[in-house]
Amino acid sequence: MTMIDRRDFLKLAGLAGVTFVTGVGCSATTLGASAVSSADEFHFVQLSDTHWGFTGDAANPDAAGTLPKAVAAVNSLAQQPDFVVFTGDLTHNSDDAKERRRRLAQFKDIVSQLKVKDVRFMPGEHDGSLDKSEAYQEMFGPTHYTFEHKGVHFIVLDNVSDPKGRLGDSQVQWLEADIEKQNINTQVIVLTHRPLFELYPQWDWWTGDGMQAVSILLRHPKVSVFYGHIHQEHHFKTGHIDHHASRSLIFPLPAPGSQPKRAAINWNPAMPYDGLGFRAVEVNQRHENRDIKEYPVKRGA
Amino acid sequence: MLRIILACLCSSAILAFATFKGLSEYSVRAAEARERVIQITAHKFDYTPNEIRLKKDEPVILAFTSIDVDHGFNVPDLGLRADALPGETTRVRFTPRKAGKFEIHCDNFCGLDHETMGGTVIVE
Repeated sequence: MTMIDRRDFLKLAGLAGVTFVTGVGCSATTLGASAVSSADEFHFVQLSDTHWGFTGDAANPDAAGTLPKAVAAVNSLAQQPDFVVFTGDLTHNSDDAKERRRRLAQFKDIVSQLKVKDVRFMPGEHDGSLDKSEAYQEMFGPTHYTFEHKGVHFIVLDNVSDPKGRLGDSQVQWLEADIEKQNINTQVIVLTHRPLFELYPQWDWWTGDGMQAVSILLRHPKVSVFYGHIHQEHHFKTGHIDHHASRSLIFPLPAPGSQPKRAAINWNPAMPYDGLGFRAVEVNQRHENRDIKEYPVKRGA
Repeated sequence: MLRIILACLCSSAILAFATFKGLSEYSVRAAEARERVIQITAHKFDYTPNEIRLKKDEPVILAFTSIDVDHGFNVPDLGLRADALPGETTRVRFTPRKAGKFEIHCDNFCGLDHETMGGTVIVE
């Protein structure tokens, strides 16, 4: 890293409470090992599980304020990301189809305040499992797709439109065809909502046919997966593939299997927004290690 | 001649399948006649009953249905899963092989409180 690059990186990391995870081994470190802003390097921001429309003071008395605060926090980053991705559960589900659309529209309006205009979406089960993502698709388009950014191939997978939390045979075949087309040197980053691997099926923290996707992805040498759903930071490896879960922007959930029932961790008045946050992911085409920087919703939180 | 042989082979295969299917249905009915049948009704967002007591190594028939929307019934620690669907009954013959207390969860997203929908299987 050159000195100028390092200064830029320090600026990027300027918010209080930022934590870092570097590389596929995911050990904590003080600063990333690579620079940002050069032709073959960039960073994106991942936000997840915003659950717009959720109400419940015990879990989050500022449910209506947390997403706008997160948008403001992203906008305040000294160096803006190339793009932003929301990995599902944009809204909290409603059985009323009209209300579901209203929440999706409100969410879209709030995130339109992001300075960065390249924003990618995918549904979570709260957005899409009750209507096979019909309302979601009206407002955000396809639920699975690919895009390229500076030579990196991104694959968005939908493991929620089927209420059983499966990708389905046709999407698995589509993934296989897409992976077979990739050059062996191309980095592949998968974005999805639920964990593809069997993190903790007892709490439904898996994708029914996710291991089929993992076995396909294992054929490619450079793959990372970023997902949400479990409302906490988590890092795991299946073979050479690293999987990174993001924190939520509504309430944290307990560590997998750490208590009998999966239930929201209550709001801590002494530490508001504790356990909530978003992350910036640095991508360097010269190596597949990722610098992941975790940010709180608010400074000092 | 070849056509006659092929026709004979096909007929034999159909007959064998029908016999197998008939026997399978017969054995399930026979099993139901002598094994305990536990009716489990799923509804938003619970099961009735939501505590199911079984005896280790004793086979039972679990009969699932739903009175509202599609639900799932999943006990990963016992390798037990079934759909609970409105208007039909899903029968599963199950023999618990280990004692303990095991959590049930719905694995078919069913609405607002889906995440809280669960219960317990107790194997004694």
